Amino acid sequence: MRTVTRKSRLAVWKFASCDGCQLTLLDCEDDLLALAATVEIAYFPEAGPMNSGHYDVSLVEGSISTPAALEHIRAIRRRSTHLVAIGACATAGGIQALRNFADAAEFAAAVYPQPEYLRTLATSTPIAEHVPVDFELRGCPIDKQALLEVLAALQAGRQPVLPHHSVCIECKARSSACVMVSRGSACLGPVTQAGCGALCPAYGRGCYGCYGPQEAPNPAALSARLGALGVGAQTMRRLYRTFTAEAAAFRAESERHGA
Amino acid sequence: MQAYPGLYPVAPPQSAGPEPLMTSALAPPQVLTHAGFDALLAELKRSGHRLLGPIVRDDVVVYDDIESTADLPRGWTDVQDGGHYRLQRRGDDALFGYAVSAQSWKPFLHPPGQRLWSARMRGDAVQIQPEPPPSERMAFVGARACELHAIALMDRALLGTGPGDPYYRARRAQVFIIAVNCSVAGGTCFCDSMHAGPQVTAGFDLALTELSDQSPPVFLVHSGTTAGSAVLAAVPSAPANAAQIAAEQTILAHTRASMGRKISSTNLHDLLLGNLQHPSWTEVGERCLACGNCTMVCPTCMCTSVADVSDLSGERISRSRRWDSCYTSEFSYLHGGSVRHSTAARYRQWLTHKLATWHDQYGSSGCVGCGRCITWCPVGIDLTEQVRAIAAPPAG
Ligand code: SF4
Ligand code: SF4
Ligand code: SF4
Ligand code: SF4
Repeated sequence: MRTVTRKSRLAVWKFASCDGCQLTLLDCEDDLLALAATVEIAYFPEAGPMNSGHYDVSLVEGSISTPAALEHIRAIRRRSTHLVAIGACATAGGIQALRNFADAAEFAAAVYPQPEYLRTLATSTPIAEHVPVDFELRGCPIDKQALLEVLAALQAGRQPVLPHHSVCIECKARSSACVMVSRGSACLGPVTQAGCGALCPAYGRGCYGCYGPQEAPNPAALSARLGALGVGAQTMRRLYRTFTAEAAAFRAESERHGA
Repeated sequence: MQAYPGLYPVAPPQSAGPEPLMTSALAPPQVLTHAGFDALLAELKRSGHRLLGPIVRDDVVVYDDIESTADLPRGWTDVQDGGHYRLQRRGDDALFGYAVSAQSWKPFLHPPGQRLWSARMRGDAVQIQPEPPPSERMAFVGARACELHAIALMDRALLGTGPGDPYYRARRAQVFIIAVNCSVAGGTCFCDSMHAGPQVTAGFDLALTELSDQSPPVFLVHSGTTAGSAVLAAVPSAPANAAQIAAEQTILAHTRASMGRKISSTNLHDLLLGNLQHPSWTEVGERCLACGNCTMVCPTCMCTSVADVSDLSGERISRSRRWDSCYTSEFSYLHGGSVRHSTAARYRQWLTHKLATWHDQYGSSGCVGCGRCITWCPVGIDLTEQVRAIAAPPAG
């Protein structure tokens, strides 16, 4: 057992994202004091002014979608001992990765009066596509207990105890009725990584896949069943292209159902 | 049965339950009205039992806390098939007119998560705090024959001959079981093939048969233990007449004839273990989602994994176990990787353990034919079909 000898320096960085994941840190209410006792929050634009130097842990929210971000993430990697990508944007490109399936310039022209001032990449991609990532914390948004577990694990020098299997296992552990079997609703739970506690099925909705693919996803087999339940090609494509469209297994499956 | 060159010691079949339970033929059956049944539940509650029984929640029959017969799924039945479950009205007032609930009693005897101990560092001293076993008394209302067989299998595995699992033992030792003979078989049931139902024969305190077409509807009740007889004696009941006793066998014969699935249970052990390279394993591996639902709902799947976590300060640690499944990669993770890396290998592990190597390990099949793994598989993979595929002569 290692005891804490000095506070570790933590930084929180933001790329293309909605801020929801980093706010999870502030949402840790009861645990904030314990956190403050072990961690020095050295850079956190959501909570105060900026600092400089080297960080023991960098939490990175958001996807890489501009040339400047591409430079910035490399600099962050150099200044960080551990880099943890947090949330669907940082681990799978986020909702904004829908641009990867379309013409980003066309979007820009439709939204901005003078798109020529924009400096944007054609794609929105996860952090791990650009720099080595030590741990990916999934979810849209991430779960605060999972965040605390990752920080506690890094502090102790152990592996975080977090699942990589399907959402279904959590769904059954909480005795939810399976919406696919009992209602014929589309659910991505069988191909999605657990960690949320099977939130959506507990409220009678199919999983939207916000934690991205599980460790051994078989979306083709799931799609065959969804097809039999009456899900058409367009809906199928959209199912796999919501929060984690750029995750390889979901991307490939969505493309099997049309461009 | 040919000896499988496996790693398991052969445990002699034995009843490892906390109290030897008798079969039904010992005392003449009584008849209980719905009001009498309610009085019986009240009596169990009065004696400190947490009443658990079937209720309808989110359009599914599940086991949960109940207060009285008013909470039971009166008038409901279920339509079950591979990956398909719907409730339907029966058109009568039967309380147990459905076939099999979504989940078995497993979560109450062997919960999905169990803390084992916690520890605290104070300076250099470590204080270890063991997690005490629970002391709750539970009454299971409406347990089916297949479920009693499953509990007996869990007893053998988790109590066994050694010290066993203290948490399971503590919960199990205090359970009062009211069993029900099935009056209808579900679309995925095959307990008859597995010799595990539909008639309850052992492992209960009281066993009911619902005579729902009598007016008023009544229950035929058998006592299986002295505890069962004592509770029954505390409430109003009458001796059963010959017609009522005969009705029970008619109902069971009807249930046997309406099994939705069947499996040839003769020497599945040698069939499966002699065909480990059969192409149908690859084929089922392509359809299987490796989602683990089948293991979660199986009343005899009891595997767990154990993990230690520390808090932010590093001063508090706890060790817990939780349900695990042979479909996860961590389950078979040894140094450097998972030894069952393909989904086909994981499916094969599950089925061959359940139907074949369980015999080597515990002296019986690990499947009681409840059909839950078929119904609750999101893509409807059916173990009875898989067995047929392997038994079929190779194509071409
Ligand atoms: S509702 Fe979805 S997540 Fe839950 S068991 Fe069914 S398929 Fe899996
Ligand atoms: S059930 Fe699916 S969509 Fe809902 S929170 Fe969990 S992973 Fe996200
Ligand atoms: S293998 Fe399937 S049918 Fe057999 S006991 Fe388990 S869930 Fe029931
Ligand atoms: S057999 Fe069905 S329930 Fe079991 S892991 Fe495969 S897809 Fe999931």
